[in-house]
Amino acid sequence: MVTFGGGARDEETFMPDGQENIPHLLNDLIPRATFFSQVVNRGILGHYVATASLATGSYETFNNFAAVPPDRPTVFEYYRKDLKRPALDAWVVAPSNGFNRIGESGNRAYGRGWGAGVILPKRLLAAALATSEGAAYEHLLRDNYETPLYAPELGGNQVELHQMAEVLRLSVSDFAAHARVLASPDELSVYIAKQLMRQLAPSLLWITLHDIDIAHSGTYSLYLEAIQRTDRLCGEIWKNIQSEPEYAGKTNMFILPDFGRDSDDDAGGNGFQHHRTGDPLSRTTWMMAMGPGVRENTVVDRLAEPTDLVPTLGALLGFDARLSQGKPLPEVL
Amino acid sequence: MLPRDLKASQFDGYPPQARALAAGRVSLLQQLPLGFLPLLLREIIVYDWKFPPERSELDHQLAYLESRSAVERRQLLAGFEKLRLPPELEAFDWVNEPGQFSEQLTTHLWATLQIDAFRAAAIDYVRTVNAAAPHTPPIMPRLSMVALGKNVAENKYKLFRKLRPNGVYFSRVKPENGLRIMLDAAAARAQAHPAPYGHWYVDGGSQEPVASEGLVRFSYDSLVTARAALQEKMQKTFQSGIGPEAFRTMLARMRPEELGLGGAADAVLNRFQVSLLTEGSGTQIFSTTFVQWAAREAFRRAQPVTLLLRFAPRQRARPMNELLAETQRKPELDPQGSLVDADMGAYYTWLNQQRLAGADKSSFLVWFEDHSEALAIGPAWARGAESSNPVSLQDLVKQVS
Repeated sequence: MVTFGGGARDEETFMPDGQENIPHLLNDLIPRATFFSQVVNRGILGHYVATASLATGSYETFNNFAAVPPDRPTVFEYYRKDLKRPALDAWVVAPSNGFNRIGESGNRAYGRGWGAGVILPKRLLAAALATSEGAAYEHLLRDNYETPLYAPELGGNQVELHQMAEVLRLSVSDFAAHARVLASPDELSVYIAKQLMRQLAPSLLWITLHDIDIAHSGTYSLYLEAIQRTDRLCGEIWKNIQSEPEYAGKTNMFILPDFGRDSDDDAGGNGFQHHRTGDPLSRTTWMMAMGPGVRENTVVDRLAEPTDLVPTLGALLGFDARLSQGKPLPEVL
Repeated sequence: MLPRDLKASQFDGYPPQARALAAGRVSLLQQLPLGFLPLLLREIIVYDWKFPPERSELDHQLAYLESRSAVERRQLLAGFEKLRLPPELEAFDWVNEPGQFSEQLTTHLWATLQIDAFRAAAIDYVRTVNAAAPHTPPIMPRLSMVALGKNVAENKYKLFRKLRPNGVYFSRVKPENGLRIMLDAAAARAQAHPAPYGHWYVDGGSQEPVASEGLVRFSYDSLVTARAALQEKMQKTFQSGIGPEAFRTMLARMRPEELGLGGAADAVLNRFQVSLLTEGSGTQIFSTTFVQWAAREAFRRAQPVTLLLRFAPRQRARPMNELLAETQRKPELDPQGSLVDADMGAYYTWLNQQRLAGADKSSFLVWFEDHSEALAIGPAWARGAESSNPVSLQDLVKQVS
């Protein structure tokens, strides 16, 4: 699962003028995918709560800026509990502190002990820098673009630095040295995801990218650069899947933004900068599904919802997303 | 408290003109639903610092509501009446803190999935009230002029891509003295058609000297002290560990005096400049965002007939906390990225201009500063056309103004 926190509009991606920004999605991935062109998010358009809604298959309604777990069980809990999978088989790599509770819900029937491990690479890097040199890495430590100065208290099952060194067999100095050559927080996330795939080969891996949300600063050029980077990283993840023996030929990948961004035509917004109006463009996005059993080069134009994802994964992997609101997507089953 | 319990004395804390406006209409305000009234009060409470068109619109809105029968009014506001609101919002001091009420209402509407119903009700309401508004054409055809790309030597980005379908693209413009020509044209319009807040010049760098006193003018650099003061307050507030809601409330309550903008000068403009920094996202750190947002807000609120914008290079992107901390005295600039930002900013400025009265007679000119590319839009220009004939910027300015 790859989600973008910080939706990208069609105008800058799949419309003719935007296609130059997404060569990898267009040329490498779509020909191998079933593409849902209208995925409408009817929930709250805030990144953490929307990503949590993707992970539970239900529209969560908690405060987007609070460090709270989702109310309903996450895909990780359904997967691990129903299929009796070990803790190391489900992981989340997420961009910022706000996402540290996404791996495990507050639901009594699931919750504690059934969730995914959560890695916040930027937090790990910040911790690594406490014992290493500092200034060369600051470009990787950008955090929440909507409220740049707010970082909720951590608490959850996020991995700490010493655990990363053990679990990923990656020394702090190697981690810091590699981080130095990366251009953005999302590149750091993908680097960690690759380490996870190589060392642990989890069956369920959720990567949330966030660079695109730089759009909140109102700088169109940085928004476009982030789309281009995200496009490249999606291509890299797919290539990595094909090159790792544990994954090649037996892995499905789903990619979707959490929602869109405001339209240029809505006077209540300011175009690409935010996702506050709730207009159709800010609610509508797309999803692509790839891998074994999924039809290639296929476009589905009917409406779907992001809450359909978890029940679809349930149907594919064999668990019952019993508390989710969505429906399995027959086009990929 | 519910609206029906409202009393005139509860507006004693409002500024003078706002108090008179609200206290004189208590019987109307008592009849409005809770999902609507505080949003109206949010506008009334800042009446003293509103621009003339905003005052006219608010006056009209109140007059329109008063002119309807109780049944018609209920029908008009039915969408707001139907919203399910929690008791905490009833208990909130929405008379004195309508802005904070609005924040909490928005949070509640999103969390209860009522935001779409609210949005539909608001669109219907605005459409109906605007349809009944007197049609007042601008005092002269509106004109925006935009200079962008300062300090960019070479460019490979296709400029004006979103604007081209609407006007004529010129590829051989003589750029000599171009900015001065634009400044003089703006000043001349201000002198010929004086109007309060009718003519504006906003610069993303330092302000160029310009003759006319009738021109509202400020720049990103002219607000350097205010920006530094704001950033310091933001840092301190952050370090105190408060959450985002309290953070926004702190920004919303910011007064010009706190940012060194409280002199004897124009109180309305001071408030406006503070709002650019406290309500805009990114305006505190990126000059390109500042200029675009200033133009958007100027058109939305003051509806000037002349707007001259000059985009300047913004600082290069760095981690957000570092950008806010302004740790470097002379930050590294990003002229090429700024050009792309400004190109989109110019498009948004044209869109915002076209939302105002007299759009069919309005004109727009954007020029790649010190280069030979420009684009003109207006009643005198074809749409989607290109011209490779040599032309001076002076001629283009003359034709659009």
